[in-house]
Amino acid sequence: MQLMFLLEQVVNGLVLGGYYLLIALGLSLIFSVGGIVNLAHGAFYAFGAYASVEITRHLGFAPAIVLSPVAVGLLGILFERFILRRFYTADPILSLLVTFGLALVAEQLIRILWGAAPLSATLPQGLKGAVVLGDFLFSRYRLLLLAIVAMVLVGIWLLLHKTSFGRVVRAGIQRPDMVAALGIRLQPYMTTVVVLGVGMAALGGALFAPITIVHPAMGAEIITVAFVVVVIGGLGSFWGVVLAALLVGVVRGVTIHFVPAAGEASMYVLMILVLLFRPRGLLGERIEKFE
Amino acid sequence: MNRRSVVKGALAGAAVIGFPGIVRAQAGAIKIGHLTPLTGFLGALGGYAVMGIKMAEEEINKAGGVMGRPLEVMSEDSVNPATAAVKAQRMLDQNGATVLMGEINSASAQTIMQVAARTKRLFMSIGARSDVLRGANCNRYTFHVDIPVTVMVNAAGQALMREGLVKGKRIYSLTADYLFGHDLSKAAKAFFAANGGTHVGDELVPTDATDFSPYLLKIRQARPDLVATNLAGNQVTNFVKQYAEFGLPFAVAGFNLNTADAWAAGEGNLTGIWPTVWHHDLDVPASKAFAAAFTKKHGKPPENHAWIEYVSLKMMAQAMSETKSTETEALIGYFEKETQFDILKARKGYFRSWDHQLMQEAYPFTVKAKGEAKDKWDFLKLGAAVPAPDQPLEVLAPTKQQSACKMA
Repeated sequence: MQLMFLLEQVVNGLVLGGYYLLIALGLSLIFSVGGIVNLAHGAFYAFGAYASVEITRHLGFAPAIVLSPVAVGLLGILFERFILRRFYTADPILSLLVTFGLALVAEQLIRILWGAAPLSATLPQGLKGAVVLGDFLFSRYRLLLLAIVAMVLVGIWLLLHKTSFGRVVRAGIQRPDMVAALGIRLQPYMTTVVVLGVGMAALGGALFAPITIVHPAMGAEIITVAFVVVVIGGLGSFWGVVLAALLVGVVRGVTIHFVPAAGEASMYVLMILVLLFRPRGLLGERIEKFE
Repeated sequence: MNRRSVVKGALAGAAVIGFPGIVRAQAGAIKIGHLTPLTGFLGALGGYAVMGIKMAEEEINKAGGVMGRPLEVMSEDSVNPATAAVKAQRMLDQNGATVLMGEINSASAQTIMQVAARTKRLFMSIGARSDVLRGANCNRYTFHVDIPVTVMVNAAGQALMREGLVKGKRIYSLTADYLFGHDLSKAAKAFFAANGGTHVGDELVPTDATDFSPYLLKIRQARPDLVATNLAGNQVTNFVKQYAEFGLPFAVAGFNLNTADAWAAGEGNLTGIWPTVWHHDLDVPASKAFAAAFTKKHGKPPENHAWIEYVSLKMMAQAMSETKSTETEALIGYFEKETQFDILKARKGYFRSWDHQLMQEAYPFTVKAKGEAKDKWDFLKLGAAVPAPDQPLEVLAPTKQQSACKMA
């Protein structure tokens, strides 16, 4: 029975990992292509959650899940065009400072627009409740969430590996100078990558708004987890981020099974261990321009 | 260069150059150093605290101030226990604060209490509820307004007993992993042990936990009769939302829930029996008038932290006006006389002389049936005040024999 309980935590951890993945994957993509560690990534997650609460009020839950990432993605165009673009070739410390400052501004903006008190957001009645499969208990909503994450993941993978768009992006990650020599401007590709990245973060926010507290600091909370996932997985690696997100979810669940108080600390311990033995992360690739 | 050092550096920079506080003094103003969490897991509550104390400040100043001088409340984010102490010291030494007020986080209140004792200045601890603050760690420079955890446990506990959810029942607890949660868990365990309930689990939850699914699985595995939570701030909201998401069948109760946490959880998610110190639909004329004025000003009803900050500044202003003094010893003497204060409740409150705890009514509450709520702020159903009108106010609080408070 004890083993069953443990297994249940492992499966639940995988589901949670899917949610971490939505936020971490965009962060990793933006770093890989632009060389920018986007500390403002959590802000787009928060915007996604707040936008979905507003849209749900007027149009309902399903349109909110679709429209909120689209709206935040459009915001991403402005973000890339007017801010990020100036820092691709600059000293990395500058982009760190700018995006960190932006994260603070965004959090304060949310306080001004919506107030410091959390917004209330609830699940539609039909999505509440649990499904029992064998001995395992699943939240019905999280199964839906997992399906959405899987679809997004497959979509992004196909885009990166089976289209000419993806070929340019992947080439741009390794040898931007060669891509430029071939007469391809990387900038529109970069805009698209940023839109996809922040859109995924917004989707994460929209999906989690009904089941966690929607408050101004929610972006600052998630960005830490997203970084841990990216660092464990290895910068620039698609499958590394996938693996790390699932691993962090599972390790957290198993830790809570045995030592509940250490639940949040577990991912940092995991990160330290990975960095000690594989400083590049689990599946981190060697990216020439960052060496 | 990594993210952590960047974040740390930036935070340190912000702490040094930013947040200079509100230091422009009006001539002759009586300055109040006000600290409360405005960020972190209690930040939402602190927002209401500032609105409440500012409203009292405005009203007092409009009516001519205190001894003809205006009050000036300097509100700052207390951030964490260490920062809270540094800011408290700075407010006294450099910003000219006469007294210190505020706080919600029990751990931060504790460090400010130490500053108060060391500097021999008055601190009115408004929203912190840990028993140890007014028990083992009490000091004569600190007065406590909010109900202590023992009262919260007793208020909800009596209602739970009436529902038959205690005697012979198996109880599972989740506890916030910091000073307040530990204290609450201790009081809850004592209550269940004394009344025939058995604890089958009590797990510590980090204050920054947002996902509760692994804890919910553990609850299901334990199959308790009652889930009794000792959580705090955002934790409560996250727990309530995810408990509704998973739809677990076990009865829920908790010994700490602020109205803001309930509002954030949303109607339809919250169930069970909980305690509170005040609620905006309390049927007392003065309370209703305050709630109406606040709603008119802010477009939403006051939360319990807005109410408690409002009455706290009124009590402080009354003490200063009556004693015609802002001197620490004079104010302590005034409060220690067990002066009665109108706190917008059916019965007046007073600070008990030997532990400086405000004696006041508390209330259990449940959740209104679906469709009964008038608006999104209205789904809590307040129970009758405890103690009952014919009982002394002190019956739910620790007695002098039970309390570890020894003031020098």
